[in-house]
Amino acid sequence: MSTLAIRCRLDRGSFCLDVDLALPAHGVTVLFGPSGSGKTTLLRLIAGLERAPGARITLNNEVWDDGRHLTPTHRRPIGYVFQEASLFPHLTARANIDYGRRRSAQQLGDTAFTDLIARLGISSMLDRKPDQLSGGERQRVAIARALATRPKLLLMDEPLAALDQARKQDFLPYLERLHDELDIPMLYVTHSPDEAARLADYMVVLDAGSVRAAGSLSEVFARTDLPLAQDDEAGVVWEGQIEQHDAAYHLSRLNCGGGALWVRATDKPLGTSLRVRILARDVSLTLTPQTDTSILNILPATVRSISADAQSAQALVWLNAGGLDAGVALCARITRRSVDRLGLRPGMPVWAQIKSVALLR
Amino acid sequence: MSLLSPEDWQAITLTLRLAGVVTAILLVVGTPLAWWLARTRSSLRGVIGAVVALPLVLPPSVLGFYLLVGMGPNGPLGALTQMLGIGILPFTFAGLVVASVLYSLPFTVQPLQTAFESVGERPLEVAATLRASPLTAFLTVALPLSWPGYLSAAILTFAHTVGEFGVVLMMGGNLPGITRVVSVQIYDHVEALDYAQAHRLSAVMLGFSFLVLLLLYTRRGARKNLA
Repeated sequence: MSTLAIRCRLDRGSFCLDVDLALPAHGVTVLFGPSGSGKTTLLRLIAGLERAPGARITLNNEVWDDGRHLTPTHRRPIGYVFQEASLFPHLTARANIDYGRRRSAQQLGDTAFTDLIARLGISSMLDRKPDQLSGGERQRVAIARALATRPKLLLMDEPLAALDQARKQDFLPYLERLHDELDIPMLYVTHSPDEAARLADYMVVLDAGSVRAAGSLSEVFARTDLPLAQDDEAGVVWEGQIEQHDAAYHLSRLNCGGGALWVRATDKPLGTSLRVRILARDVSLTLTPQTDTSILNILPATVRSISADAQSAQALVWLNAGGLDAGVALCARITRRSVDRLGLRPGMPVWAQIKSVALLR
Repeated sequence: MSLLSPEDWQAITLTLRLAGVVTAILLVVGTPLAWWLARTRSSLRGVIGAVVALPLVLPPSVLGFYLLVGMGPNGPLGALTQMLGIGILPFTFAGLVVASVLYSLPFTVQPLQTAFESVGERPLEVAATLRASPLTAFLTVALPLSWPGYLSAAILTFAHTVGEFGVVLMMGGNLPGITRVVSVQIYDHVEALDYAQAHRLSAVMLGFSFLVLLLLYTRRGARKNLA
């Protein structure tokens, strides 16, 4: 299996980045962490924009940095999308894209080029200068520019950070489509759990320059010991296959291992894999199954552990839905008073009522 | 042509030629120097920056004096130029060019340095991720983005060289057609008490200087590139 391996130690007085990672060189790996955790520095090291003595960086069998011989940035087969689009202001969108395209080793053909700009929805704005483009359009041009070099690795540093909330929602589908349709491994830096949940296949959590967790998306979201769990948006991510469509009520049923979930209907065929996110604040617990409730998704679960929440009135109850061994993790944010009133303890069977399920893709 | 004498015209032509040659040389020499000053983290940055700025505060006669001594037959530079078979530079056009290059250096380097600093690191990093070597990135990104700085540098250097007097007098003396530039010619007219001639030539210089500054200050965004 192809791998991106990074080992480095960078000491900058108050900040020290110390990582030793082997990341899958396929799909999307999200580097997640608060600002100042070293995500961007790590990305810049991989790009060769930053140097660390004694670092070792390899992609598959290519050595980019072995502490002595350093491949300069312009000879690394990467694409890099910066936080601000950073288009060359003196060139049109087309000339910006062509800048890297005509310098890359294997040139992107005309058909592939047309396909790329259509995919990113920028065909009509190629002759405009960057100052005539909106923030979202600029960032799409920047992504096209990076992809037009036919990179073996795409590095993205919070590409949505400069966009407002509405633009972000417009933009995410473009990224998801890239993820689904292009076979280019992507390293994506973000501090947004929502973006991570939507895009990641693999996830690395950085904190103060060191790796707190690395693993598959559902593994990392189910970890109880990460700052991620204290976030207002704390929750779990499930993958499931569509096993039934209910045309009358516009619902679809997903088989998620931990149980079946009803979600709003999609037009995808049966058997398609979908990803959903269940926020801890949308899960409540009962000791007996409720029948007189409007809540659609009620799953049997077992209490795994109970941990304190950032807010002192509340607690996070970690559950296993669908059996203690085989089940998948679920998390409920309820008041501590309710924990005591229901007498919740690890190992206890409960019913989880899931008020809402966000369909990610 | 009755307004200005043939000698005046000769001085004007010589001055323009000197300023043109000096500007051309300084744009080439000043570019790497300004680039280095704009981007280096070396501890030498302050020292080199100060040396480049020296002509701004040094009396031109001091600079001219050192150059005269240094490039004279017994000076180290003079020994070098003689060894290379160029001869002795003081009192030649070439000597004047060398002196003017040093004298006008800050007027080229500082606007360029400001321009390069305002381009910043990011566009060059972007170019590197798009497979451009450092030289290519400079030529295709930094240079086009710094052109207002180049325009300022060229105008300031040209105008400043036209206006020099002390260095020329020390280094070049007063040889018609070789080193007698406009400012020296005006000095000669005054020495000879020919105030009418001095007035006319001075008016030309005044008009020229004002036009140059007008050009510089009315260009949009040019002011920030002034050193």
